[in-house]
Amino acid sequence: MAEILFELAGISKSYPGVMALDDVSLRVCRGEVLGLIGENGAGKSTLMRVLGGVIAPSEGVIRIGGNEHAGMTVTEATQAGIAFVHQELNLFENLDVAANVFIGREQLVGGPLKLVDNAQMRARVTPLLERLGADFAPDTLVDNLSIAERQMVEIAKALSIDARVIIMDEPTSSLTISETERLLEVIADLKAQGIAVIYISHRLGEIMTCADRVVVLRDGRTVGELARDELSHVAMIRLMIGRDLKALYTPPQRPPQPGGCNIVGVVTTAFPDRQIDLSVRHGEILGLAGLVGAGRTSLARAAFGIDPLLGGEIRIDDAPVGVASPRDAIRQGIYLVPEDRKKSGLVLELPIRENVTLASLLNYARMWLVSGADERKVAKEQVRRLSIKAPSIDMEAVTLSGGNQQKVVLGKWLSMQPRVMFFDEPTRGVDVGAKSEIYALMRELAEQGVAIVMISSDMEEVIGVSDRVAVMHEGSVSGVLERPQFSEYNVLRLAMGQALESMEAAAP
Amino acid sequence: MIKKELGLGLLLVVISAITGAINPAFLSLVNLLNMANLIGLFGVFALGEGLVIITGGIDLSLGSMFALLGVVFIDLLTTYEIPWPIALLAVLLGGLALGGIQGFLITRLKMQPFIVTLCGLLIYRGAARYYTSDSTRGFGYGDEAGTLSDIASGNVAGVPNTFILLIILTLILGVLLHRSVYGRWLYAVGKNEEAARFSGISTNMVIATAYIISGGLAAVSTVLFVFYTNSVSPSSFGNFYELYAIAAAVLGGCSLRGGEGSILGIVLGTALLQVLQNLVNILGIPNSLNFAVMGTVILIGVLADQQLQARRRRKVALASVARTTPRSAPVQGQKSAPPRGAAVVPTRTGDQA
Repeated sequence: MAEILFELAGISKSYPGVMALDDVSLRVCRGEVLGLIGENGAGKSTLMRVLGGVIAPSEGVIRIGGNEHAGMTVTEATQAGIAFVHQELNLFENLDVAANVFIGREQLVGGPLKLVDNAQMRARVTPLLERLGADFAPDTLVDNLSIAERQMVEIAKALSIDARVIIMDEPTSSLTISETERLLEVIADLKAQGIAVIYISHRLGEIMTCADRVVVLRDGRTVGELARDELSHVAMIRLMIGRDLKALYTPPQRPPQPGGCNIVGVVTTAFPDRQIDLSVRHGEILGLAGLVGAGRTSLARAAFGIDPLLGGEIRIDDAPVGVASPRDAIRQGIYLVPEDRKKSGLVLELPIRENVTLASLLNYARMWLVSGADERKVAKEQVRRLSIKAPSIDMEAVTLSGGNQQKVVLGKWLSMQPRVMFFDEPTRGVDVGAKSEIYALMRELAEQGVAIVMISSDMEEVIGVSDRVAVMHEGSVSGVLERPQFSEYNVLRLAMGQALESMEAAAP
Repeated sequence: MIKKELGLGLLLVVISAITGAINPAFLSLVNLLNMANLIGLFGVFALGEGLVIITGGIDLSLGSMFALLGVVFIDLLTTYEIPWPIALLAVLLGGLALGGIQGFLITRLKMQPFIVTLCGLLIYRGAARYYTSDSTRGFGYGDEAGTLSDIASGNVAGVPNTFILLIILTLILGVLLHRSVYGRWLYAVGKNEEAARFSGISTNMVIATAYIISGGLAAVSTVLFVFYTNSVSPSSFGNFYELYAIAAAVLGGCSLRGGEGSILGIVLGTALLQVLQNLVNILGIPNSLNFAVMGTVILIGVLADQQLQARRRRKVALASVARTTPRSAPVQGQKSAPPRGAAVVPTRTGDQA
């Protein structure tokens, strides 16, 4: 085995109520490509943040070149030769390539004047770009570069600090196929130059191509390590799943009724070259699973009129409905509980009462003047029905806990007449008690005939709550599962863009 | 909310009392009525500016709008000898239209309010000067609009009509802002435009309407100022008046970030500014210090307000912590509810990986 560059031993990181990492060990050798895989929330990003010195582990040691550290600072990590190429690139678009590579470490000239020596920086960046086979000049504005080229800038930045390990977090999620191939070539070159790469990806095909070794994380633990000759899709997926999902499921009291919401050939701005077809019946909860960035939120935004539909249509009970704006969608009874409730769901500085009635205020007004009594009645009713824990309906929403804030968002829609409801990550950042209340509420709405689409990245939730699960992969629906087919394995296969093992089972 | 207005009112009373004690002329009826007139004149368009500021925008074009609408108004009455009701209507429509254009540029074409209204400031001023060849326009001996002039610069039992108009507009806009659906939308849009949009509010319409109202009130102010000065010199008429309006709104509790402020606050802010100006004269402070006094008071006022608000927020935060503590006291091990703020922490079920 080649020289070990660094080693993590027994790393744990706990947050109140959550073990984000539990006794994880990892070593990286010179010139190897280490694949790191796991589901959403398995702890990959937390682990990498420990490595980069962004967060300190609660327990465990980091060994670098014989020295033991209990934790590292960002500076120490950089000095140790650890560099990141982030999922969301951290570049300054208004600066040129050389300035980005040397950001914070500018070459100076002119003594006390501290002027930036652009010429020298550019001259030093040129060989780095050549090494990566990049065909843009160091004085190009980053704004004018494609995403793949920007990634090269990030890698050049890593090389400029003599990085020995480059961590790439989902580097290909926004790249085209040819750009991906180019990146894999660059990784092979880096490897030949003795630089190690930690490659985090959901794309198992790429992992198969480039990794020398794969470490699988699940629920904050290392659950397996596969050597190059043991790699296979099946082996990797089997390691990623394999926990018992609790039985959350409450079956509907009556079968879903005919009719419902049909999404026909919808094209969203996020994936202009993909069409989405999906149907959800009145009275059913359709789980919408998929990896982050698979286009689920874009679909919900388009159906709710936030983003324009580039193609296709939304039909309710076979009648096409116009959703040019949220106002149109709301008029049709299509509501969205958004992913980011603080940004899009609530006006945090307004009281609970005003948030609950924000979308329906005209119903409690005569000649455009708000009837305070009507408004208070509706707000009180929702607070009681949803058991929102607050001393009064005049409390500002910002003072509530996450779960109660989410209930206020729900109250806003439940005070009206929903026909189709999209829930986007409805229980993220919500405590366990409020979670089960929200599940019960979704079921109750379904029983009343509402068609419910629940977008969720929480496998337990998807499998435990849904009546059917549709899985999206890179902008289109890759399969729909009925309850008997529900398994984490099947959902993950579809989410990664692979067919189910028995094809007839995946009929949408 | 109402605390802020109380504080402002108290400040107004204290300053007036001190000034009156130093120089009793300050509290003389003549001086008070004169101030009431000025408060009326400057309050009307400050109300419009306040609405725009609550949307999170700004309107820098008001002073130039006065010049442009003012010369057109006088020209309609004198040169074209148009009956005053029609001239008045034309100026009102002109103000609404200018506000509408600005609102359109800001909402539909997504331009920044500062830039749009700054260009308005330059364009309207230029247009007014070109239209009149930079010459002052005034009324001749004919007294073309006697009736309107009487209304605009007259008084009822000594109380200036401008002040009475301000009270009426304050009541109307107070109901609009604090009791109507539109007012609620305005605050929601100013605080969090995205959440408002996600609640089906046509945020563009709400914002554009604020600029239109501001333009309409600017037109009303134009007429009042025209009869106050009886002439319009296009290069100086209304210069810097938009800044008085912004200052009054900010002093009255509007935040330039949007979503905050009240109609009463704006009126009190205007009143305080006029009292300060008057005080400079009455107390024999050199007139050249006028702006400096105004600036200092606004600076101190806004600073004090921010400090008080920060203290209030800390109190609220403490109170909500105290409320949630008992609930999470019985520790349920791993499964217990994560405390507030734990949402940012990567959990098993999050999207972080």
